[in-house]
Amino acid sequence: MAYCADVADVRLTSLTKSFDGVTAVDDVSLHIADHDFMILLGPSGCGKSTLLRMIAGLEDPTAGDVEIGGTRVNDVEPKQRDVAMVFQSYALYPHKTVQANIEFPLKVRGVAKPERAEQARAAAATLGLTEYLGRKPGQLSGGQRQRVALARAIVRRPAVFCMDEPLSNLDAKLRGETRAELVALHARLASTFVYVTHDQVEAMTMGSHVAVMNRGRIEQVGTPQEVYARPASVFVAQFIGTPPMNVLPAGVVEVGPWLVGIRPEHVTVDRSPAAPTEGSSSVEPSDTAATVTLVEHLGHETLVHARVDSGLGQEVPVVVARLDARDPAPAMGERVTLRFPAEHLHRFHADTGRRVDERAAEVGA
Amino acid sequence: MATSAASRRWRTAGRYALLVAVAVVVLFPIWVMLVGAFKPGNKVLQDPLLPTSVTLDTLRDAWRDGKLGRALVNSTIVALIVTVAQVVTSVLSAYAFAFLRFPGRTLLFALFLATLLVPFEATVVVNRETVQDLGWLNSFQGLAVPFLATAFGTFLVRQVFLTLPKDLREAARMDGLGHLGFLREVAVPLARPTLGALALFGFLASWNQYLWPTVISTDDDWNTVQSGLRTLSQAQIDRPNLVIAGTVIVALPIFVVLLVFQRQLVRGLTAGAVKG
Repeated sequence: MAYCADVADVRLTSLTKSFDGVTAVDDVSLHIADHDFMILLGPSGCGKSTLLRMIAGLEDPTAGDVEIGGTRVNDVEPKQRDVAMVFQSYALYPHKTVQANIEFPLKVRGVAKPERAEQARAAAATLGLTEYLGRKPGQLSGGQRQRVALARAIVRRPAVFCMDEPLSNLDAKLRGETRAELVALHARLASTFVYVTHDQVEAMTMGSHVAVMNRGRIEQVGTPQEVYARPASVFVAQFIGTPPMNVLPAGVVEVGPWLVGIRPEHVTVDRSPAAPTEGSSSVEPSDTAATVTLVEHLGHETLVHARVDSGLGQEVPVVVARLDARDPAPAMGERVTLRFPAEHLHRFHADTGRRVDERAAEVGA
Repeated sequence: MATSAASRRWRTAGRYALLVAVAVVVLFPIWVMLVGAFKPGNKVLQDPLLPTSVTLDTLRDAWRDGKLGRALVNSTIVALIVTVAQVVTSVLSAYAFAFLRFPGRTLLFALFLATLLVPFEATVVVNRETVQDLGWLNSFQGLAVPFLATAFGTFLVRQVFLTLPKDLREAARMDGLGHLGFLREVAVPLARPTLGALALFGFLASWNQYLWPTVISTDDDWNTVQSGLRTLSQAQIDRPNLVIAGTVIVALPIFVVLLVFQRQLVRGLTAGAVKG
């Protein structure tokens, strides 16, 4: 059943928000297409919630424009924006029943009682809440409250759903289940979702697009696969992926002025120590001698931490490699050879942290 | 084990002994009042603690001589006006202090609280002159108007409003509620236990007003219950238990109010004790 009457895209142009001189969102431009499931991903304090709240109308931008469905809405009250919001705390009215909570946005808009009751029941049915309609939020579990908050949002059939870390108060199991439910809901409602999270798993599994934010700015926008496979900066490379991408100083893996990144699953651990000694040129440049400092057995995989014998007179980097659990793992203290296949290397400017274009890298090397 | 069980019994016994002692202290004056009220005037000084003879004459005489019927009506009207007005003004001002941003908010709130430091006795003469100038002596407005707003109520309700999650206010904004809508639909229902307690305190305080009704009513028809008791004590010096009987009569409505609102009051005290 589709609840969404209209769909709309969201366009942010040079959006800035400052609080008492502190810039929370800094000149952000972003286009969120119709029906998109856009994830705003970033660490605490990166401005992602502020950005969402500006879309919802709960914060006024200091500069820049918010457009929904092609209309500039900077000066439009939240209730007139055709946007619904799901809060981290759910923000249910504790003195109202589930039914009254879900109906409430319709009641405020003057929808007749039988009609709004019917719509509330339909929304509740969509989210499996029918048997709880008579209860108060205090009598529900966290997951049920969360679904009531969603039902209250969908009953209005808004063009855009804004969600501010809606799963962060749920336990791990429920979070996993609800992730799948939200994806299904998005498909069913066919409307635009803007979803704030600091959890990269949510970003990777739910979003059709991810905007990675850092210090009030957007570092990269792309599909989850693009953001993972071709991170635009060291920040993105290390924020997405568990464990994060290894980023090594210039000169450790290959000749060149850049930082070099490689995902743990692409590092090969050869249990025979690197034969050549320092200064020899008889080995591949990507063969690096290292000493294992930690082995973590996670059941389905094994993480090997190894300290590179760089001899470069700088801080000695630790590389994390991800091995299949069936592969024999080295022991702690064992000397091994790490291999970094060239096709999996990412290069970043040492000063800006931005990704180096592949062709530029070839010319530079 | 035996020792700890025994010591627990002693502790329990001690606790009950203390509770009984406190109960005796609290109930003793009420017992004396009831015994005195139902005794004939000539028996009141014999065995003052025992109901040796019972009559309703004293109560009837107190009712008649103190014009307590009229006084009860006056007190009820004034207390209801004051209670409703205090709740309304407290809610509105508390909302402004809790949720609205305006220049000078903190200073204004501090001024509000500062009025709590000025005892009513310090302003009673000026207030009396003001009420007289307005021609409000011997009137309901003269009795009620000085008490229509209270800084204590504003403070109390503001504290409750401040505990409401910010998300709730924002969810209400998203749902389309303005300030008055949020106040009516969310803030007031959630503050109801506190508002009940505030109303109860306002009613009791108004009911127990003595000084103000005494200074602004020059006509016995405008006595409230407390000034009615004063009239009774002055008129019938030779019958001490008339005042005692009058006290029973004026305490009865308060007793009923407490019985009816007891649950509300207890709920007010325990609100927020359970996470919900």
